Amino acid sequence: MSSVDIQTVLPELALAIYAMVALLAAVYTGKDALAKPITWITGAVMVAIALMVAGGDGNTASFNGMFLDDAYARFAKVAILLSAATVLVMGEATMSRRGLLRFEYPILVALGTVGMMMMVSAGDLMALYMGLELQSLSLYVVASLNRDSVKSTEAGLKYFVLGALSSGLLLYGASLTYGYAGTTLFSGIIEAANDGHVGLGLLVGLVFVTAGLAFKVSAVPFHMWTPDVYEGAPTPVTAFFATAPKLAAMALFGRVMFDAFGGAIGDWQQIIALLAVLSMFLGAIAAIGQTNIKRLMAYSSIAHMGFALMGLAAGTEYGVQAMLLYMAVYLTMNIGTFAFIMSMERDGRPVADIAALNQFAVNDKLRGLAMLVLLFSLAGVPPMLGFFAKYGVLIAAVQSGLTWLAVAGVVASVIGAFYYLRIVYFMYFGEEGEGLELNMSPAAWVALVGSAAIVVLGVVNFFGIETAAAAAAEALVK
Amino acid sequence: MVGLEHYLAVAAALFVIGIFGLFLNRKNVIILLMSIELMLLAVNINLVAFSSFLGDLVGQVFTLFVLTVAAAEASIGLAILVSFFRNRGTIAVEDVNVMKG
Repeated sequence: MSSVDIQTVLPELALAIYAMVALLAAVYTGKDALAKPITWITGAVMVAIALMVAGGDGNTASFNGMFLDDAYARFAKVAILLSAATVLVMGEATMSRRGLLRFEYPILVALGTVGMMMMVSAGDLMALYMGLELQSLSLYVVASLNRDSVKSTEAGLKYFVLGALSSGLLLYGASLTYGYAGTTLFSGIIEAANDGHVGLGLLVGLVFVTAGLAFKVSAVPFHMWTPDVYEGAPTPVTAFFATAPKLAAMALFGRVMFDAFGGAIGDWQQIIALLAVLSMFLGAIAAIGQTNIKRLMAYSSIAHMGFALMGLAAGTEYGVQAMLLYMAVYLTMNIGTFAFIMSMERDGRPVADIAALNQFAVNDKLRGLAMLVLLFSLAGVPPMLGFFAKYGVLIAAVQSGLTWLAVAGVVASVIGAFYYLRIVYFMYFGEEGEGLELNMSPAAWVALVGSAAIVVLGVVNFFGIETAAAAAAEALVK
Repeated sequence: MVGLEHYLAVAAALFVIGIFGLFLNRKNVIILLMSIELMLLAVNINLVAFSSFLGDLVGQVFTLFVLTVAAAEASIGLAILVSFFRNRGTIAVEDVNVMKG
């Protein structure tokens, strides 16, 4: 361990130490009064670390190759940190209104973020596992944060049991990979598959690892936990689940597939293509019957993960670039949508019923319009950013000969457009209902209107993140 | 002579028993936690067997990490289970059904 190694992990180290100091401070003062400042400070620390990460360059493998710092990891880390900070800050008012703003919340989110940063930088199966578990264990706890609610604790329990199962599957795959490749380092595993295919033992390991990772990105057929956890968890927590962990898991997926099994693309391409097509269709069809907007967003995120996996299934540098871009756009859209959903109230109580949105946009023009833009973008209607993100992954699939997958994606996105447009229909032309109050803090308002503006204005040049994504993809696919 | 494949077979059997325990058990959430633990221990047998077979220590280091994380995981699982029990008054698997999915 040298000073170079420490320098590489400095962002993670800083966030972890901050989280522990904040925990000590909060425990010593012993009051939840500190919860509000800690939430804001955590957000600020995350943004500062994001800036620090964004300033880095080069391609370092520290701790004997166990921890990688390349453009790919940096892209994912900046997106993770910024989205986690935004979700924390915009949810603060909602959480404290519901009496849920305990000081553990921002600290657990910070620790989960450290885990996600480790995941995307992992260069070794052990580093991968430790990062993944740090993230998962924090998320299990925040899912059941509302410990007086049956739904929240049930969500936590379901998430825990299925998450532990997925960790077990991933770990079993990791043990077989270690046994048959003789090493846990990704750089060593890739040498075991240098003739274009992996051996039988390694193939079984690959399948188990893929199944474990598919759980974490909630790809069909490993999606069962998603709707229940989204519905049961407090809405600001759901907003967190739908953003940063999804990007981290997807980036980790890409990392494992290319860095460790990049020599055998033919072996995993069909698996991921199948996951992608199943996710897109299940996400599009199962969401149609939902009346709870949080469950609907769960199926929506399953469908979106299908599209992102399509970029990965392409197995090319352009595919990875399209996947990263897709995830960045997905984060933006979901932050805005959840800023809206977490503010939905009636008589001071949270509502999640889609029917409550009836005629909403008639009375509240600006926020109704922002939501319309975001829903159109989620559906992939041009000229919103969501369309260009989808277009990128479809092109990537066609370029690598997966035309059937691209066609399936187009069909699924047309089916999926129905339920997004149905919400828009309710907002503008629904029947007069009980009405809805949108109790929005300034931070949530900025998140909603800001992400709607990004989704519209970003079509000009993607705010330059396309070049960053291209550099990231180039670092991953050598 | 007990070789690598014997260890792998035992580990695979334990792992499968763990998975079946998760899906077939209708009684008690505690049994789910035990099944998860069984899966992780099966993985540990795998890792140690491979480590000794390859003459490489990394597998045993991995095992120590897995053991530590398994302990943390079990404690978090039990904590969530306790708060669930306080709300619901039961820990039967069939009663974990407020949300359908």
